[in-house]
Amino acid sequence: MSRVTRFSSRDSGASARMVGFMAHLRENGLRLGVAEADISLNALTHVNAARPDDCRSVLRAICTGCKEEAERFDDLFDSYWMDSGRVKQRVIAKSLPRLNDDVHSSKDGTGEDSGASGSATAPDEGEGEADSDGTGKLIATQKQNLKRRDLRDIVRAEEIAEAEAVARLIGTSLRDRRSRRRIAARKGDRLHFRKTIRRSLSTGGEPLTLLKRKRPDRTRKIVALCDVSGSMSIYAQVFLAFLAGLMRAEKDADAYLFHTRLVRITEALRDKDAMRAIGRLSLMADGFGGGSKIGPSLQRFADTYAKRFVDGRSVVLIFSDGYDTEPPEHIAAALAQLKKRNCKIIWLNPLKGWRDYEPVAGGMAAALPHLDLFAPANTLADLAALETELGAL
Amino acid sequence: MTWTTVQIALAEQNYVASNDLSVALHLALALERPLLLEGAAGVGKTEVARTLSLARNTKLIRLQCYEGLDASQAIYEWNYQRQLLTIRSAAEDGETGKAVEDRIFSRDFLLERPLLEAITQDTPPVLLIDEIDRADEEFEAYLLEVLSDYQVSIPELGTIEATSKPIVILTSNGTRDLSDALRRRCLYAYVDYPDRTTELAILKSRCPQVDDTLARQVIGFVQKLRQEELEKTPGVAEMLDFAAALMGLGIADLTENPAVLQSTLITLLKTQSDQAHLTMDVAARIAGKAA
Repeated sequence: MSRVTRFSSRDSGASARMVGFMAHLRENGLRLGVAEADISLNALTHVNAARPDDCRSVLRAICTGCKEEAERFDDLFDSYWMDSGRVKQRVIAKSLPRLNDDVHSSKDGTGEDSGASGSATAPDEGEGEADSDGTGKLIATQKQNLKRRDLRDIVRAEEIAEAEAVARLIGTSLRDRRSRRRIAARKGDRLHFRKTIRRSLSTGGEPLTLLKRKRPDRTRKIVALCDVSGSMSIYAQVFLAFLAGLMRAEKDADAYLFHTRLVRITEALRDKDAMRAIGRLSLMADGFGGGSKIGPSLQRFADTYAKRFVDGRSVVLIFSDGYDTEPPEHIAAALAQLKKRNCKIIWLNPLKGWRDYEPVAGGMAAALPHLDLFAPANTLADLAALETELGAL
Repeated sequence: MTWTTVQIALAEQNYVASNDLSVALHLALALERPLLLEGAAGVGKTEVARTLSLARNTKLIRLQCYEGLDASQAIYEWNYQRQLLTIRSAAEDGETGKAVEDRIFSRDFLLERPLLEAITQDTPPVLLIDEIDRADEEFEAYLLEVLSDYQVSIPELGTIEATSKPIVILTSNGTRDLSDALRRRCLYAYVDYPDRTTELAILKSRCPQVDDTLARQVIGFVQKLRQEELEKTPGVAEMLDFAAALMGLGIADLTENPAVLQSTLITLLKTQSDQAHLTMDVAARIAGKAA
């Protein structure tokens, strides 16, 4: 049983401790501003601050902002306040990746720069069993590649810039005409009462000009899932660059990698520095170039992230060759479930570009009935060429 | 006032609130900050606001969010038809332009929508902004302005200051990620499915006439059911429906008749695949374990 932390006698009192606690939380990835310490101290005057459980509830209500944070809060609280002197222990090694840097605090919330560290990534030694050398070894490998590869070796900054342009193009071709809001427009299907009446005042109340409003076009949300298993590793360069470009071009886009597991890389790719983003990515993508479990990965996506991020306005792009080590039924079931969220599913397969290609791989055949578009994609130019087909969806 | 008073006040209105939730509510009241409640559908988020308004004997003003919700639905709108008529009749009476303008842009012609209504009450009401994640991000931005300053600017009329600060409760099902700005402005509580003891207390409080054995069985069954892989996990409201259905059918023991049990599952399972998944055998097995 943990006891209440004994602070040193040099400690200057409650406010210093609270500030220390805020720093501790920030260090562990919670995004807190300056005001939170103040509010916390104020809030503690409204409860019995001598009772640890009350304090815990109070600080949880103030300092957390989402389910994940609320779940981690107990550990963070214990390690600071209930640790019998061992202050500032790092509870969870991975820091919560963040979407943007605009914490409204002068203090940098991260305190670390994963892109610059570089120590955790081993340079590519090219010995991973699943590494394809381009000779067409197209068997899904079961082995999980535990070696980390530094993706910065694969993707170059110019490619990202190029990919960004392609991603923008694709983004614009995917317009959705179903916004429910209406805005003032020259030609529209409804009257803009507010403006009409305002205008009518100048003509003595006679609404001579009728102003209209209409539903504006709205972009779709693009969700991209990229297979980075061994059989796909020669294409990974193109797709990773595309993902990085996509993240920079579309603010609503969402990206994931999968091999034997599924990893959300949206936050990592949003890093302002494109190469640092790829660096952060390599830290998360251990297992890159290993085996592929497409079905289970898609299932996991459908069960978790899709429930939050995929809706009727989403387009799910899957980059994969369909070579799966698991039974193909998994893929079919996962896609069927995903489809229920009313999204469009597009499967881009690098092999489809080959002459005489038939989707005979079990996984690919199982996936076909659930797809809105099945298209080849090997290079950025291929992706750019998709523009018209995507527009027709 | 401490947080236990809040808990007791809610309990008097038949709402069993966890300690964390009570503390969060207490703070929201004490610090006059909005409270964001997140959790799965059917765990009683909306009910908190309703109960709180009953307990404090104030008005509940509810804003149901939906996609495309905009300022004219949430804050205010001018009564255009009435304005138009007034302008016409004024023209016939020979009223001057300035006088007409002042008249048609006065409070009489203003339709108050929930947000404006909430800040113009004499006593602080409970303002429930339900399912904020359904509204789009543009609306979040409007909302932030209202929640931070408690005032609404109307170009034709000027700024309307709050006469009383409402107690704001926002709920979210997590269908969309809320902006950080909104999260920071609010206190936060995650409402989870209640544990066995709490849920039993809820059932006892809402349906006092249910007998002890059946109550324990119902809770045991529902708790077990939540561990199954279902598309839609049954919430507290469904559990209450289930208990009511069983009582209505005069069942005293869940295990006694699998066929009847199966037929009452329509109160708990709300998708076709869940119903197909939970066959009579499975239901009977769960009921057996729960008993």
